[in-house]
Amino acid sequence: MSDVFRKLTPVLTKRWLSPEAWRIDTYEQLDGYLAMRKALQAHPDDLIALIKDSGLRGRGGAGFPTGMKWAFIPQNDGKPHYLVVNADEGEPGTCKDLPLMMNDPHSLIEGIIIACYAIRSDRAYVYIRGEAVHAARRLRHAVDEAYAKGYLGENILGSGFNLDLVIHSGAGAYICGEETALLDSLEGFRGQPRLRPPFPATHGLYACPTVVNNVGTIASVPYIVLGGADWWKSMGTEKSSGPMIYSLSGRINNPGQYECGMGITLRELIELAGGMQPGHNLRFWTPGGSSTPLLTAEHLDVPLDFESVAAAGSILGTTATQIFSDQDCPVYATYRWMEFYHHESCGKCTPCREGNFWMARVYRRILSGEGTYEDLDTLLDACDNLLGRAFCGLGDGATSPVTSSLKYFKQDYLDYIEGRTAPVLSAKQLVGAH
Amino acid sequence: MSSDVAKAVDMVKLTIDGIEVEAPKGALLIRVAEQLGIEIPRFCDHPLLAPAGACRQCLVDVEGQRKPVASCTQTVADGMVVRTQLTSDVAKKAQAGIMEFLLINHPLDCPMCDKGGECPLQNQAMSVGRADTRFHEHKREYPKPLPISTQVLLDRERCVLCQRCTRFSEEIAGDTFIDLMERSSNEQIGVFRHDVMTGPEVELPEEEKGDDPFNSYFSGNTVQICPVGALTGTQYRFRARPFDLVSSPGVCEHCSAGCAQRTDNRRGKVMRRLAGDDPAVNEEWNCDKGRWGFQYATAFDRLTNPLVRDAKTGELRTASWPEALRVAAAGLAAARDGDSGDAHGVGVLTGGRLTVEDAYAYAKFARVVLRTNDIDFRARPVGEGGEEAEFLAAAVAGTTEATYADVEKAPTAVIVGLEPEEECPILFLRLRKAVAKRKLKVYAAAPFVTRGLAKLDATVLATVPGAEAGLLAGDEGLRAALSAQNALLIVGERLATVPGGLTAAAKLADETGAKLVWVPRRAGDRGAVDAGCLPNLLPGGRPVSDPAARAEIAGVWGLETGVISGSTGRDTDQIIEAAAAGRLGALVVAGVDPADLADPTLAEQALDKVGFLVSFELRNSAVSRRADVVFPVAPVQEKAGTFLNWEGRLRSFDAVFDTTAMPDARVLDALAQAMGVDLGTADVTAIRAELGALPVSGGDRPAGPRLAPRDVEVTAPGEAVLATWHQLIDLGSLLDGDEIIRGTARPVVARLGVQTAAGLGVADGDPVRVSTERGSMTLPAEVSDMVEGVVWVPTNSPGATVRRSLGVTGGDVVTISRGGIQ
Repeated sequence: MSDVFRKLTPVLTKRWLSPEAWRIDTYEQLDGYLAMRKALQAHPDDLIALIKDSGLRGRGGAGFPTGMKWAFIPQNDGKPHYLVVNADEGEPGTCKDLPLMMNDPHSLIEGIIIACYAIRSDRAYVYIRGEAVHAARRLRHAVDEAYAKGYLGENILGSGFNLDLVIHSGAGAYICGEETALLDSLEGFRGQPRLRPPFPATHGLYACPTVVNNVGTIASVPYIVLGGADWWKSMGTEKSSGPMIYSLSGRINNPGQYECGMGITLRELIELAGGMQPGHNLRFWTPGGSSTPLLTAEHLDVPLDFESVAAAGSILGTTATQIFSDQDCPVYATYRWMEFYHHESCGKCTPCREGNFWMARVYRRILSGEGTYEDLDTLLDACDNLLGRAFCGLGDGATSPVTSSLKYFKQDYLDYIEGRTAPVLSAKQLVGAH
Repeated sequence: MSSDVAKAVDMVKLTIDGIEVEAPKGALLIRVAEQLGIEIPRFCDHPLLAPAGACRQCLVDVEGQRKPVASCTQTVADGMVVRTQLTSDVAKKAQAGIMEFLLINHPLDCPMCDKGGECPLQNQAMSVGRADTRFHEHKREYPKPLPISTQVLLDRERCVLCQRCTRFSEEIAGDTFIDLMERSSNEQIGVFRHDVMTGPEVELPEEEKGDDPFNSYFSGNTVQICPVGALTGTQYRFRARPFDLVSSPGVCEHCSAGCAQRTDNRRGKVMRRLAGDDPAVNEEWNCDKGRWGFQYATAFDRLTNPLVRDAKTGELRTASWPEALRVAAAGLAAARDGDSGDAHGVGVLTGGRLTVEDAYAYAKFARVVLRTNDIDFRARPVGEGGEEAEFLAAAVAGTTEATYADVEKAPTAVIVGLEPEEECPILFLRLRKAVAKRKLKVYAAAPFVTRGLAKLDATVLATVPGAEAGLLAGDEGLRAALSAQNALLIVGERLATVPGGLTAAAKLADETGAKLVWVPRRAGDRGAVDAGCLPNLLPGGRPVSDPAARAEIAGVWGLETGVISGSTGRDTDQIIEAAAAGRLGALVVAGVDPADLADPTLAEQALDKVGFLVSFELRNSAVSRRADVVFPVAPVQEKAGTFLNWEGRLRSFDAVFDTTAMPDARVLDALAQAMGVDLGTADVTAIRAELGALPVSGGDRPAGPRLAPRDVEVTAPGEAVLATWHQLIDLGSLLDGDEIIRGTARPVVARLGVQTAAGLGVADGDPVRVSTERGSMTLPAEVSDMVEGVVWVPTNSPGATVRRSLGVTGGDVVTISRGGIQ
């Protein structure tokens, strides 16, 4: 066994290969619901302090300190508090929350119970991506199991703590992964981001104090409660503590989820994934989904933690590493992403609605051999007019593949424009292409 | 910003473009910049709507912020350093970028777009946009136009999706029938209608369509606040270019709200009207009736010449002014002076459409020339025993009890005999604003929760028509609600038909200290009260029964004592009754539709029977057709004048353009001349001067009415108490022939309670027959949770002309049965 496998830190994924890991019996045989029992004995404020101490940062992409988010919830305000778990995993390349809910839904439920106890919430929601039908089914079944065991509902384990958990399936909109759009959608409105302030911590779901956390974040909580902050911090780096599920896809031999301490490099991840596919050499990759600027083979040894990736000019994001080889065209890949952003823009603000529409069209033209030099300037300028001008982060993310691919692979664009690369889209495909 | 001056506001200091400025904490950056004279471009921002931050056009650079911020959503903070497009390249570039994005899919159809020439997008594109395009793709296209309603059309390709229209509909009007649909570049404004959502090619049975028509009374405002040419009014579409129009400020002539408006004419023809900007009254809104209901003035049957009934043929024929004046003078003088038989004296019915100046001229003409107090402006059932006239004299004439601002200040408002959305829409909007923003609590006595009252989140005290008086006299809850400081008791003109209703209202207001407001339905009603168009009141709220008041007015008018009679004249009903009985020598009628009176058949008999009839009219009417002399008079746009709105606020306006048409006051002046009297009402300035010079009334305010409440009518099975009021958009003569507005009228239905309907074996949608000895009407039933034993129908809508068909009014008993073929 190669040394690199020592880098694996299976914590959240540790039960995934156990037989029928999604059943409550399996879960309980493997330390399940112990953390809940421990937590319910503790004072909620101590739990918040524990999470703060652990340095746990949000697993949804932004990396906001979780303990701090929980502490923002005003206490004794007479209003209901809500925990909303963001399971609307839709970032291209990202595949960590759905397998977690498929394989180990009870860890999420246990995390929810502890988190709700900490923030004094008696009602929690999981907003799960509409397309994830199987995962939602598993999760709903797990919720039923938890209710049957008395881990959810009235007076949980005689602690006097009540909690109801609702699994809500979305209707297939990437924007609903944005926390305020998610809340609007959950309330039954059109999923569009809300104006902030006020922030969800004070005016979230139904205008009440609300914590919105990613699946991975909440599922980490039971382990921290059981293992303690110091154990948690023993993994990862100083500022990016703990293990992280890296979802690897693309030109590698064994795509999948690899849980390692934060700060692992792509070189190590590729090795874990059995190396590049035969005949493929790494050309470019995304560190955390398509909304994070592309990196190249030069960045193989960048530690994949929040700070180091930022220093390399990208964003850790959702640690979804999509790996592309020298047989992949960065222009075409970017085009596909632009079609995604164009399709998924909610339409609320001008730059995102029009900018993505425009850029996707320009890509279509370039890829059909009709591009001009001016188009490259137009793309960069459109990105400049979109980045930081949109209402929410969706628009910002859309510019990442465009600017980074133009930065590293301008020649590929020029090859289309100057006719060295054959057009990959025909004029026919241009009509109504998505 | 709060208009409440007394409230202390924390101030912060910030710098915008190098200028230090102090602003109230929480103010929006875009407004503070405005006050410095720095105009930040914007599309979605509107001062009366909640911030959205959608269009991103107003981006500015704020020191310490990583990204440019939208100044329409950013509140000011102490020490903030802001650079707008004037001093920051970042802001300038950001704004130019948004402008380019907005334009890539915007059609270049300015030359044929209604908005071209007054379009914020066009203006900003011309001033800061790129000279040429970098967009080489196909622009977005949609089938056009999408009819949002019969009044409003939407060209989606022009829309910049600022959402002002949807936000207005939701936040201000409360009519959420339009909304954003689809997403991304396909996002569009849509309506919840089958032909739009499913496509017209899909055949669906009516009940599965789920159509939610946009029949908002305020839809025209969405056209006005649309910053591009996406929403257009059917009536104005493709009719004129803004740069060919001449705009005049004006006042709406429809209801008693007194909305400021802007009238745009092109070469002497009114092309459109818009809501005027008056923060104290209508803010920036108006209703669709006010916006689009002006076609009546240019209708085909508009009168332009005097008419005289030809002695030989018995037909009306065109006459010269001198002839018409001579004939009218002779006829009126004969009726006034004649003492042959029963028929003597002249009655004057002035209607509720007159300006203060015209109403004053009639009041003066009646007293000075005709020597009578038989004058009444109320073109509607006036109730019994002179109760309303006494109420108006005691509690309304000359008062300004409450204003729109008081509506916003009030903690509670009790509404009786008034359906605000139908009868005074802008008061309704202000109530709704107060409910939403100031936590106003509304209580209403009504037979059911109307759509308007639901939007006011009102507590509805289910009331059988006729029971209002008892409710006001005895309900402890209402008494408590009205005892709060600044509470409002708002009564409508319909309360006059409830015996004892106005008595109880005045008493309750007096005892609780609540402000009492009387909200009539027509623009000229309140002015007519103050001008003295009542049998018991002289101008300035002076009671005819008060010798000192009579002497005061006689002095001003240069009359000898005794000319003005001290006895109260006859009211509308009595005048009609007298005329029908052949006891009246002549009638002068100004813009009254007999169909509005308590008994239209009797009114027409009266008009037929009266010895001599003089009609002042805009258009041929049921009165003018019967008249001996018809004088054409000017519509509001062709004359100067003043309306007194429900607040008692003077709303003066000038003529939009000059024509040869003369206002009533001037014709009356000429008529008085012909009868040997100098009335002094030839021009509006003279009247205003005379009104302004009236001494303050010295006498005490007369005592209020004392009419005891009566028991509510008891109904037998198969009977119901009739509830009825006018819909905003109905058969009213100022909407005559305007099919575009009619398209958004509320459906005409008969409303029944669940049990009442069950008793008749009637389900929702089944025909219900409402009848009296006079006649009947059959309407589809709308069964809902409402007070039982009551049937509601609109007063004057297609198929439901209550007064003409049934000869009754609200509170009377009617027979109800299942309609249609049994």
